Amino acid sequence: MNKVYSSIDDAVADIPDGASIAIPGFFAAGVPRVLLQALIARGTRELTLACGCGPLLGAYEELVQLIKNRQIKKVIDSYPLFRSATKGAQDTFEQAVRSGEIELEVYPMGTLAEKYRAAGAGIPAFYTPTGIGSVVEEAVVTSIQDNRKAKETRILDGKNYVLEYALKTDYAFVHAHTADTEGNLRYRMTARNFNHVMATAGRITIAEVENVVEPGEISPDGIHTPGIYVQRVVKVPRVTFAITID
Amino acid sequence: MPKIFEGLPREMIAMRASREINDGDYVNLGIGIPTLISDWMEGKDAVLQSEIGMLKTGALAFGEDVDQDLINASCQPVTQLPGTSYFDIFESFSMIRGGHIDVVVMGAFQVSEKGDYAGWMNPDRGLAVGNIGGSMDLCAGARKLIITMEHTTKDGRPKIVRELSYPATTKGKVNLVFTDLAVIEVTAEGLCLKEVYPGLTPEDIQSVTDARLIISPDIKDIEL
Repeated sequence: MNKVYSSIDDAVADIPDGASIAIPGFFAAGVPRVLLQALIARGTRELTLACGCGPLLGAYEELVQLIKNRQIKKVIDSYPLFRSATKGAQDTFEQAVRSGEIELEVYPMGTLAEKYRAAGAGIPAFYTPTGIGSVVEEAVVTSIQDNRKAKETRILDGKNYVLEYALKTDYAFVHAHTADTEGNLRYRMTARNFNHVMATAGRITIAEVENVVEPGEISPDGIHTPGIYVQRVVKVPRVTFAITID
Repeated sequence: MPKIFEGLPREMIAMRASREINDGDYVNLGIGIPTLISDWMEGKDAVLQSEIGMLKTGALAFGEDVDQDLINASCQPVTQLPGTSYFDIFESFSMIRGGHIDVVVMGAFQVSEKGDYAGWMNPDRGLAVGNIGGSMDLCAGARKLIITMEHTTKDGRPKIVRELSYPATTKGKVNLVFTDLAVIEVTAEGLCLKEVYPGLTPEDIQSVTDARLIISPDIKDIEL
């Protein structure tokens, strides 16, 4: 079962306008930047980018280009904005959110992790204690007022919980250190972060990887994401980047 | 004009807070002053959890030790230690939400006398959204929740208040507050002032605190 694509453009060629795509990465680490660049080259529009913790701050050049090309409709994330309000006021993304051009929906990070995990695991929704006592328990936290749908809460064993829904996406982009040709993946250190859960949540998962090896070359005990979750593999150069979100 | 007192620098707030971390504790440190606590962990048999997916996080990395695949939750390059483990984000938040972290230290815009705290959104920014990050998950699961922050805003307004005016991160969960001027414990009766910056009186602290402070019978200078 060979899943290797020789061209990254071919790997993203069927992504239609309006697609939702899971984008892993935790700030600078483990972000599928080369796939984002392929998305820019392809010019796909009306995209929903479902993130985990600020990968677009980590891949800032790609973010700015996507906004300039008016390719993004919506971003879902837990930490999408610059910490500094002064810096935020200059930020292309924050400006696009303020103008209403891009919708920004935020969740607690662990709730997002669980939304992707649940999607991959066939669980439609779950109750969590996270967000109780904050606006997160009341309604969806989004920049577009009309979309602030009320949330359900429930008392279980005397404690309050809020109902959150699974987040399945049309595609998931993944950045892995090594793949075998059958799509088994292995990540490196903290670059793993959201990659595995998002690989399980995407209907079609496309992995950009720094190394491709033959089946058997990754120890079967050392595989982080089994190939069943991965439909396409494409080798990319190891991108060197500045480790910063400031 | 509100009074502005000179107190501990940020590094020393972190040092004082670090003394609440005991051998055997699993600890998560938020962005800002909490992160500085890692500089005061030497000699403690405690493990730092980083929500990016790492247990036993080492010191900050510089020069040749920097690896772009190895950062902490504040996006700083770090090092690994013997016994370090890496895992994915779902696992990381199972530890956090599931009640496995002994001590969580966070920064804050405001803390209330009921143990509520606000840290995820500054309403002055004029956005209905903000950076929640892992803060609400950490609060949901923490066995002990510590806040480290400046006692007042830069222009001298109290950050320790009767009622939050900023959006809450969590309610009723804060145990201890360490500022540049004081150490305060959240109790069922209210906020108990336990330590003050040397040279200041409890009345001085009250004058820059909106919430009413109960003065501990054992009140003393901040011990470093």
